Amino acid sequence: MVREKIYATSNPPAPNRPVIFDADICNGCNTCVEACDADVFIPNPDKGKPPLILYPDECWYGGCCVAHCPMPGAIKFNLPLMQRVRWKRMTTGGHFRL
Amino acid sequence: MYQAELLEWPYPVNYEKENEISTDVLVLGGGIAGCWAAISAARKGVKVVMIEKGATIRSGAGGKGADHWLNTPNPLADVTAEEITNMEIESNGGYANGLSRYIAARESYDALLDMEQLGGKIRDTEDVFKGAHFRDEKTKFCFAYDYQNPCHFRVWGTTFKPALYQECKRLGVEIYDRVQATSLLTEGGEQGASVIGATGLNNRTGEFYIFKAKATVNCLSRHQRNWVFSTETVGISTFRPTCVVGNGYAMSWRAGAKFTMMEKSVRNPMSDGWAYPPFGTGNPFTTWVPCSMVDADGKEVPWEDVNGKILSNLEERTRPASGQKFLGSRETDPRWRAPHLISDLPERVIRGEFKLPLYANLPDMSDHERKAIWGLMVGEEAKTCIPVLNTYTESGFEPQMDLLQSYIMLRGSSIGDRMPGVAASMAEPASKAILALPQERAGGETGNAGGLIVDWNLMTTLPGMFAAGDALFAGNYHNHAATTGRYAGRKAADYAMRVADKPVIDRKQVETEKVRVYAPSKRKDGLEWKELTFAGCRVMQNYCGELKNDELLKIGLIWIKDIQENEVPKLCADNPHKLGRALDVIDIITCDELILQASLARKSSCRFLDFWRLDYPEDDPAKWHKWIIINLESGKVKIGELPIGFWGPLKENYEAYNRDYVGLVSG
Repeated sequence: MVREKIYATSNPPAPNRPVIFDADICNGCNTCVEACDADVFIPNPDKGKPPLILYPDECWYGGCCVAHCPMPGAIKFNLPLMQRVRWKRMTTGGHFRL
Repeated sequence: MYQAELLEWPYPVNYEKENEISTDVLVLGGGIAGCWAAISAARKGVKVVMIEKGATIRSGAGGKGADHWLNTPNPLADVTAEEITNMEIESNGGYANGLSRYIAARESYDALLDMEQLGGKIRDTEDVFKGAHFRDEKTKFCFAYDYQNPCHFRVWGTTFKPALYQECKRLGVEIYDRVQATSLLTEGGEQGASVIGATGLNNRTGEFYIFKAKATVNCLSRHQRNWVFSTETVGISTFRPTCVVGNGYAMSWRAGAKFTMMEKSVRNPMSDGWAYPPFGTGNPFTTWVPCSMVDADGKEVPWEDVNGKILSNLEERTRPASGQKFLGSRETDPRWRAPHLISDLPERVIRGEFKLPLYANLPDMSDHERKAIWGLMVGEEAKTCIPVLNTYTESGFEPQMDLLQSYIMLRGSSIGDRMPGVAASMAEPASKAILALPQERAGGETGNAGGLIVDWNLMTTLPGMFAAGDALFAGNYHNHAATTGRYAGRKAADYAMRVADKPVIDRKQVETEKVRVYAPSKRKDGLEWKELTFAGCRVMQNYCGELKNDELLKIGLIWIKDIQENEVPKLCADNPHKLGRALDVIDIITCDELILQASLARKSSCRFLDFWRLDYPEDDPAKWHKWIIINLESGKVKIGELPIGFWGPLKENYEAYNRDYVGLVSG
């Protein structure tokens, strides 16, 4: 049986995915990189690929990157798990969350 | 994807490379105030350069959006600029910026119409709200909070910043994005002398900028991250945007400018790392007024007016009570206090009369009211378009069917503690201290905090430097930033046109600044900016918390001096972005020093500043009912004072200083 290699990794900052890119839709135009106030992203060295999230901890979660993306669906806003609020459907009493 | 592997820095790095730019007017900061200042200066025909730490297209606290344009006398309201300003001054026990608030009240409606001309949406042009109580059918203006005497506009503020940005470009304003200002240049390099420009660092390339200017407008927002910091949730732990740290305050302090009200800090009601998406929970405050609220069993929580009268319908929540002329947006003074949930709600929850959790009952509201909250206010307000409206909608939230949960009662302390402004009305600091963790404090980010002192030209005490927006002491609100920026821009242009000589930069001042700026980039190993930020906050939590005395404040200053002498020289930064953050934390520590010194100087308590001294407990005694002024002179802290109301008669002074604007002279 072939064992997968195990690496010595450090803990990444968390939360660390303020947005999720869809690599199939994103054309790597870097509009989001330029719209970001906090300079959270850097362009992907592999041209045409989605930007890299270098400083997720500095994200203000303002959503400018998503608002200015010219390719619908290429970038999805992703609120940290501890910010997922809840609601209740009035008619059924069913509970939901983000 | 999150980048965890080592990559080469994607931008060309040229540390120390100098770029020299000359201009008539230099605008520091490209947020709301900055863009308006640049536009109004450029309209005068002078050359304008604007520098911005982030990206001007959306930068600033109001760059992402705005839901209301507050405190604006207009043809549909029976409210004068004097009455608005009086409300703001009186609600703060005198500790408000009467001068800038009056300027805002006088010119706010003009600026709003100006915003429309530039492409901002300020009317319900699609008739979505046709027939609504809050809409004027003729003008299609929509109002908030007070529908009867309407001086708070509902606006579609996500359209504003890109329009301002385009106008700056159209007018030929030279914009330098990703360049953060690091210091002010003064005549002869002297502290307290005229400002003749600024230096900057490009936080992508590491290049150095020298801006020479005849007039400078400081629109750099205010201090933040002095008490609250989380190493892993840096961005979501502050109410103002991440890049707001008080660079403008720190550089002005070092240059010798005078500040006031820096001793004020308040319990932080909404911005710690534990918060929910701002404006994204069910609640009955500001953006969500006049939302219906229900308990877990669907029982409606009543609203009451300032007289304690229970209000039976929604219309009553949106008009002044008996004895009130008009309503403020968040004032707690009974003269302007808006209707609110019943005051004894916490007690009634404890008695079992209402069952937690509470919910916002959007489904129960009329289509117009529901859409005004969910879609207009939540959607247009900062950080609500993508993070709340779009994200919740994509997750299946249906405002006409779903009760959005409220978290206001789950925190353990009273509902009132979550309401901005209430802290100022609480008289017993000792009992508050038991309820509050010391780290939940804020100075600048919650608004109406300390800042630069200005005259009727909005010029600071340093000749040639003007200030607008949050840089002003006791500044707050989008319309205040817009109007004061618009005003300071035209005053700065006038000043620049009167300056005959080209500014001569003191080379020694530039060299000293370059050494300071690049020091962290030269260290291979040392202290990272985050640890130092965290440590600075701990100093402020422990020694400049809710309860103060001379001893605590002095220990705080010893700590800060120790950090400046022994820890700042260890700061390291291995790329231009981190170099920017390292410079930020130095500025944060500088602001700490300013706050501690100002706190030490006020030898009295003052509820309006939420300032409580154990050694001087008397609350705002007549002898101390004044502004404490603080600045550096030849490197030494100097304390002065000004009377409350130092701005003199508002109407007369405003008109004397603005004869061209009010039409008393032509041109």
